[in-house]
Amino acid sequence: MGRDQQQQQQAAYTVEQLVAVNPYNPDILTDLENYVNEQVSSQTYSLDANLCLLRLYQFEPGRISIPIVVRILIKALMAMPAPDFSLCLFLIPEQVQMEEQIKTLIVLSHYLETARFRQFWEEAAKNRSTLEVVPGFEQAIQAYAIHVLSLTYQKVPRPVIAEAINIEGLSLDKFLEYHVANSGWVLEKGHSRSQLMVLPRNEFNHPELKKNTVDGMPFEHVTRIFPILS
Amino acid sequence: MASSHEYDDGSLESRYGRPPSAGHGGSSTDLGYDPNFVPDSVKTFVVHLYRHIREKNVYEIHQMYEGSFQRLSDRMFRDNPWPAVEAIAPYVDNDHVFCLLYREMWFRHVYARLTPTGRQRVESWDNYCSLFGVVLHGVVNMQLPNQWLWDMVDEFVYQFQSYCQYRAKLKNKTEEELQLLQQYDQAWNVYGVLNYLQALVEKSAIIEILEREKEGLEQFTATDGYDYEGGTSNVLKMLGYYSMIGLLRVHCLLGDYHTGLKCLAPIDISQQGVYNVVIGSHISTIYHYGFANLMLRRYAEAIREFNKILLYILKYKQYHQKSPQYDQILKKNEQMYALLAICLSLCPQINLVEENVNSQLRDKYNEKMTKMLRYDDEAYAVYDELFTYACPKFITPSAPVLEEPLTNYNQDAYRLQLKLFLYEVKQQQLLSGVRSFLKLYSTISIGKLAAYMEVDEPTLRTILMTYKHKMHAVDGDGKIIPNADLDFYISEDIIHVVESKPIKRYSDYFLRQVLKFEEMISELDRIKLD
Repeated sequence: MGRDQQQQQQAAYTVEQLVAVNPYNPDILTDLENYVNEQVSSQTYSLDANLCLLRLYQFEPGRISIPIVVRILIKALMAMPAPDFSLCLFLIPEQVQMEEQIKTLIVLSHYLETARFRQFWEEAAKNRSTLEVVPGFEQAIQAYAIHVLSLTYQKVPRPVIAEAINIEGLSLDKFLEYHVANSGWVLEKGHSRSQLMVLPRNEFNHPELKKNTVDGMPFEHVTRIFPILS
Repeated sequence: MASSHEYDDGSLESRYGRPPSAGHGGSSTDLGYDPNFVPDSVKTFVVHLYRHIREKNVYEIHQMYEGSFQRLSDRMFRDNPWPAVEAIAPYVDNDHVFCLLYREMWFRHVYARLTPTGRQRVESWDNYCSLFGVVLHGVVNMQLPNQWLWDMVDEFVYQFQSYCQYRAKLKNKTEEELQLLQQYDQAWNVYGVLNYLQALVEKSAIIEILEREKEGLEQFTATDGYDYEGGTSNVLKMLGYYSMIGLLRVHCLLGDYHTGLKCLAPIDISQQGVYNVVIGSHISTIYHYGFANLMLRRYAEAIREFNKILLYILKYKQYHQKSPQYDQILKKNEQMYALLAICLSLCPQINLVEENVNSQLRDKYNEKMTKMLRYDDEAYAVYDELFTYACPKFITPSAPVLEEPLTNYNQDAYRLQLKLFLYEVKQQQLLSGVRSFLKLYSTISIGKLAAYMEVDEPTLRTILMTYKHKMHAVDGDGKIIPNADLDFYISEDIIHVVESKPIKRYSDYFLRQVLKFEEMISELDRIKLD
C-alpha cells in the first residue's frame, strides 16, 4: 500500500512538472487523463492540470473524452466558491456542452451559483449515477453551502441549514453537534422556539470586523521615500 | 528571380473583390509593382539602418524604425509592398539576421496596409520561425529599441489570430487556397505559437531576472532592459519579457483566463515596469488583464486597473498623435470604456473610478449603463452589444476539417464566450433589485423585504445568499475578496445593512506628494548652484 502511494505521489509530481514546464504538448494528453482519474480516486484536485487537458482537447477535438470532461467538471463544482466550473466551460466547445451529462452539470452549477440548494439536492438525487463516480462530492457541496451561510448569517435558523446541506433529523443533530464541538458554532434558542445556529464571527457576517485594508500600503512603496527621510 | 513571383499568386484573398491579377509576371497590380525595383530612398534607408544596428545606435534605430519607415511607407508604398528582401540584400552584405528583420517589417506592412494572401501568411510564419530560431540560439548580438521588439511579439500574436480567423472561413475559399491550407498545416499551428512564446520566456530567463531584481541583484527595469554599459544584447531578454504578455493574450483568445493571468504573474502591474515603457505593451497588458479578471468575476480588480490605464491615456494620448499606433490606442481606449461600463453595472463601485475617467464614461455610456441596471431584455441586448464590441477576437485553435460541407466557423469561439458571459449576467439578474432596496434601510425583516420584492421568503433567502456569493470573488490564492460597496448580514430573520464609505487613500497620496516635492526641491537646489 505504501509503495503504491509513493508511486502515486511520484506520478503526480511528474504531471504537475509537465504542466508547469511543457504544457503545450499533445503527447502529455494521456498522462493528464490518467491524472484526472487519480484526482478522483485520491480525492485531490489540480485546476492547472485540468485546464491544461481541456486546452489540449480544444487543440485536438478528435481526442476528447466525455467521461473525463464530466469528471473534471464535477471536480470543478466541488471547488466552489471558486469559479473553476466557469473556467472549464469557457474551454469546452458548444457541441460538447450539449451532451446530456454535461447539461445536467450545468444545471446543477446554476442552482449552486444562485444558492438554490433545495433544487440542487433534488436534481442531484435524480442524477446519482453521474455524480457517484467522484467520491467526496456531497461533502464538498455541503462545505460550500456552509461557506455561503457563513458569509450571509450571523444566526441562522435550523431549517435553513437543513435545506442547504440536505441533512435532517438525527443526522443533522449529529452534524450540528460536530460543528459545535469543532468549528465554534453555538446553539441558541430563537423566538418562536426554533433552533438557531450562531456561526463563528468572520469579517463577512460581521462587517465591523472588516479590517480597513484599503488605506494600507505595501512596504515596498514606503521604501521609496527612505532616501528622502534619511 | 523565381522567388519574387511567389508574392502574387492571384488568389481571391482581396476583400475588395479585385479580380485576380494575371499570372506570374513581374508586375501584378495596376500600379506596376516590381518587387525587384529598389528606389534610392529605400537603398539609403536599409544601408543606414544596417549600419546603426551594427553600431548599436539604439536611438538612431528607433528614429528610423518609427519615423523613416512610416514616412517611406506613406510616400511610396501605400498600395504596394516594399521591395523584396532579395533585392535589398546586396546593400546590406546579405546579412542573414538583417534580412529576417527586414522581412518581418515587410510582412507587417502588408498586413497593415494591404491584404495578405494565404501564401504570404505562410511565408510570414516561416520568417518568424527563422527569426525566433536565431534569437533562441543566442547568436544575436544587437540592441534593438523596445518598441520594435514589442511590435514583433504583438504582430506575431496578431498574425496568429488573423490566420485562425482566415482558415476558419472555409466557405468561399478557392481550390488553391484549400490546398495551401492542407499542404502547410504546420503554419501558425497553435502548439508552435505557444511553444515559441514559452521558449522565449524560458531561454531568456526573464522570470529569474525579475526575481533577482526584486532582491536588488539585477538591473533591469531601471535601464528599461537595455545594457548601456556592457552592450550585451537586449533582444532575447526583451522578447522573453514581452512574450509573457503575448502568452496572456493568446490564452485570452483561447478562453483560458486563469492560465493567461498565471503567465503574466511574474510582472507586477501595481508597479512601474518595463511593460509600461512602450505604450502599446502597457495598453495590451492592462486590457487583457482587465478582461481576464472580468471573466473571472473579479470585478473590483478589473475596475481598478481599467481606471488607472484610462486615466493614463487621457493624460498622455496627445503625445502619441503622430505615432503609427495612435489609431490602435484610441480603439483600445474605447473598448476599455465599454468593459468598464460592464464591470460597473455588475459591481457598482463607483468610488474606485477617478472623476475624469468617470465623466468620460458617463459621456459615452450613461444611457447604456442605466439600461444595464434594469436586467430586462433590453439590458441583455446592451450587455451583448458592449461585450461584442470590446472582447478580444476569440479563435478556434484546432486545425480545420477540409471536408464538405465547408462552413465558416470563425465566430464559434466568440459565440461561446458571449453565451457564457450572458449566462453569468442572467444569474445576477435579481441582485440589482435587492441592492436598491437595501440601500434604503439599515435593518429590515426578511418578511417585509420579501413582500416588497414580491417573492416568498425562501426565494428571498436564496437571492440574498446569491448576492453574497457573487459579490465575494475568489482570487488566485483562494482568498475571498469582497467586491461590493453594499454589504449586509442576517441575524435569524433580520437583515442588517452595512454600507462601506468610500475611503480616501491618504497614504498613497502623501507618498506621491512627498516624492514630487523632493524632486522639485532638488531641481531648485541645482539651479541655485548654477
